[in-house]
Amino acid sequence: MEKPEQGVALSRSFEKVNAILEKHGYNPSNLIGILQEIQEEYRYLPEEILTYVATALRVSPAYVYGVATFYAQFSLKPKGKHIIRVCDGTACHVKGSEKVLKAIREYLGLRDGEQTTGDLLFTVETVACIGACALAPVIAVDNRVYGPMDEEKVRHVLEALERGDEVS
Amino acid sequence: MKFTTRKELEEYTALLRERENPKRILVCMGTGCLAKGAEAVYEKFVEVLGAKSLSASVVFEKEEKSSFPLCPTGCMGICETGPRVRIEPQGIQYLRVRPDDVEEIVERTVEKGEVVYRLVQQEATNGQVRYWPLMRDDPFYRKQIRLVLRNCGSINPENLDEYLARDGYLALAKVLTEMTPDDVIGEIMKSGLRGRGGGGFPTGRKWQLARMVRANQKYVVCNGDEGDPGAFMNRCLMEGDPHSVIEGLAIAGYAIGASEGYIYVRAEYPLAVKRLRKAIQDAYAAGLLGENIFGSGFSFNVHIKEGAGAFVCGEETALIASIEGKRGMPNPRPPYPAQKGLWGKPTVINNVETLANVPIIILKGAEWFRSFGTTTSPGTKTFALTGKVKNTGLVEVPMGITLRELIFEVGGGIQGDKRFKAVQIGGPSGGCLPEAYLDLPVDYDSLCGAGAIMGSGGLVVLDEDTCIVEVARFFMSFTQSESCGKCVPCREGTKHMLSILQKIVDGRATLEDLELLEETALVVKDASLCGLGKTAPNPVLTTLRYFRDEYIDHVVHKVCPARVCQAMREFWIDPDKCRTCGKCARVCPVACISGRPKVPYVIDQTKCIKCGSCFEACPFDAIVVRWRRKDNE
Repeated sequence: MEKPEQGVALSRSFEKVNAILEKHGYNPSNLIGILQEIQEEYRYLPEEILTYVATALRVSPAYVYGVATFYAQFSLKPKGKHIIRVCDGTACHVKGSEKVLKAIREYLGLRDGEQTTGDLLFTVETVACIGACALAPVIAVDNRVYGPMDEEKVRHVLEALERGDEVS
Repeated sequence: MKFTTRKELEEYTALLRERENPKRILVCMGTGCLAKGAEAVYEKFVEVLGAKSLSASVVFEKEEKSSFPLCPTGCMGICETGPRVRIEPQGIQYLRVRPDDVEEIVERTVEKGEVVYRLVQQEATNGQVRYWPLMRDDPFYRKQIRLVLRNCGSINPENLDEYLARDGYLALAKVLTEMTPDDVIGEIMKSGLRGRGGGGFPTGRKWQLARMVRANQKYVVCNGDEGDPGAFMNRCLMEGDPHSVIEGLAIAGYAIGASEGYIYVRAEYPLAVKRLRKAIQDAYAAGLLGENIFGSGFSFNVHIKEGAGAFVCGEETALIASIEGKRGMPNPRPPYPAQKGLWGKPTVINNVETLANVPIIILKGAEWFRSFGTTTSPGTKTFALTGKVKNTGLVEVPMGITLRELIFEVGGGIQGDKRFKAVQIGGPSGGCLPEAYLDLPVDYDSLCGAGAIMGSGGLVVLDEDTCIVEVARFFMSFTQSESCGKCVPCREGTKHMLSILQKIVDGRATLEDLELLEETALVVKDASLCGLGKTAPNPVLTTLRYFRDEYIDHVVHKVCPARVCQAMREFWIDPDKCRTCGKCARVCPVACISGRPKVPYVIDQTKCIKCGSCFEACPFDAIVVRWRRKDNE
């Protein structure tokens, strides 16, 4: 198993952030896009970077914080290497998405309130709808959709991910 | 190829048509089929065709000997049976294709025109198996009319030429060279096209309102923030035919006098974003977007904005705030976006599907469009048919079709031939309609009258195993967590409604709670600021209207007829099986199990919280779970 890269997110160098800000022309109306790219880079939004972005865009840190906490996509806590999104849309819900979620959380040993495993390998989230309702219940791992899932199949997917295999 | 005049485009279209190879292998590469392994199937086709030295990629060269263009397409419809493959010109369709099947398909169907029956859609009735090898015979497609989805599943969405060969951008060319903006608005008004995002506001009127406002800058926005859980039509459209959306957006821009357009796509749709970006890039390169299109003096730029996961951003004013880089919170209307929208400028916001309708209306005329659908709701509507129905997937049907036709003919009926219970239309803003409404025609006004809404087109079928109260609770928990918190009725009201619904599901509610739930629902509906709050009570109100008995069962009898709500179970210890080991008593978190060695243990029903710990702990399977029934049953 690959070791999670420690300390990436805490890098004090703002070079990458500057490049992202540059690309968006330091335009506050691109704030969502800027935060998305920062999150892509660091896997979450570190607080000192939010303040830095606010200063660079000449808006208040509260404004940036407001946007960062409004949208479900953004996280202020470090996320895992693989992001598992369990769909709990209507179709998935009526077809048993809760059981799938429970199976994943049990497999990864997540306690109540925890979203990310201690080794920073997996983050488990629920989303309203992935838009693959015909395959309900579905999960998406790092933007790849798997479905229809059940307790058994989801364990196979996780096992394969831990081995670092491609899952078919 | 860069087009500078309409004539050049028309000549090129004619050339493409002449050269187009009618033979084709279409492999669905929509999100659904990709999840089922379509990519491996596609690669296998490349390999097999290559090994037979058949050319796999020449779409526009009929003369090329032994060429079988292999075409990755957008969604074909029945996602559940993916990966899907269709062989043209015959229209032979295969489902659940695995890479191992590819060789046989190439040898038998592609080269000899035979059908491989084991991969064909089949239906068993009364012991007789019927096969539907051809797309046109398949009951799933028979009642469908595909106007908006005309290219979806038939062309490679990443290839501009394929869109051009099907009259792509000819509508834009026609508009720019022979119609005034008022003509365009007039034609759309005449067609009776109504907003496909849910509200059903006449598109022509919306454009006219924005056209009448004088401003140095105006904007058109395509709303691709399809947030309804259970809906994916717009995703399929953006993935399967991105150019039709872009062309519609450009026509809207010309009609209202906007030179800038935005497409707002939700973050959960990465493939749609990728294909739209490619399409926009190709359109710029071909001179179909950008400065002075077709030498008409009209310039139009398109930008993509990605959402970041907020349901409320589907609401017009919230969407505008989100494009501006702010928190996606709605604003009071008026002023309407058509007067004061994005950056304070007049802005028209149209749904993806609405815009995809525009090019065909312009090309074929309002009269032709009105020949589909009903008088007040002309045209067709796409639906995401999901839930407990046999054929789940993307469908497009004429307005006015009945729910029965939609669910039982197109959808093929209920899975496992269980009993139909309700259909949920319009997602968290819509309602649940019972069996008695199956013959209701599907159009804006009929649905509204029944307490539901068209919504963007999510259609979730529920069977007898679904608990209506739990579904209402599910929707309320969704809207409650998505409420942006700006106005009090929605922020507080949804929270209270959710807690009452939770009480009902947990078997702790009284009849007063039911009254309070209804009263709160009406207040939230009347007093909320935006569409999210105004429609959030709909699932509760419709279920209370049509399934009141089921609420009463939960509240008064503490019974869940669908056997879903865990609190409506009872745990008993079978005295014959109990070996009096006491394991159950030790794990019980509320200490409601008592007994002593050699005397079977007993559960105190009044204290039991139905957690199921004893059930899991018992090594002798002595604990039985029973669903409570009504006393008279």
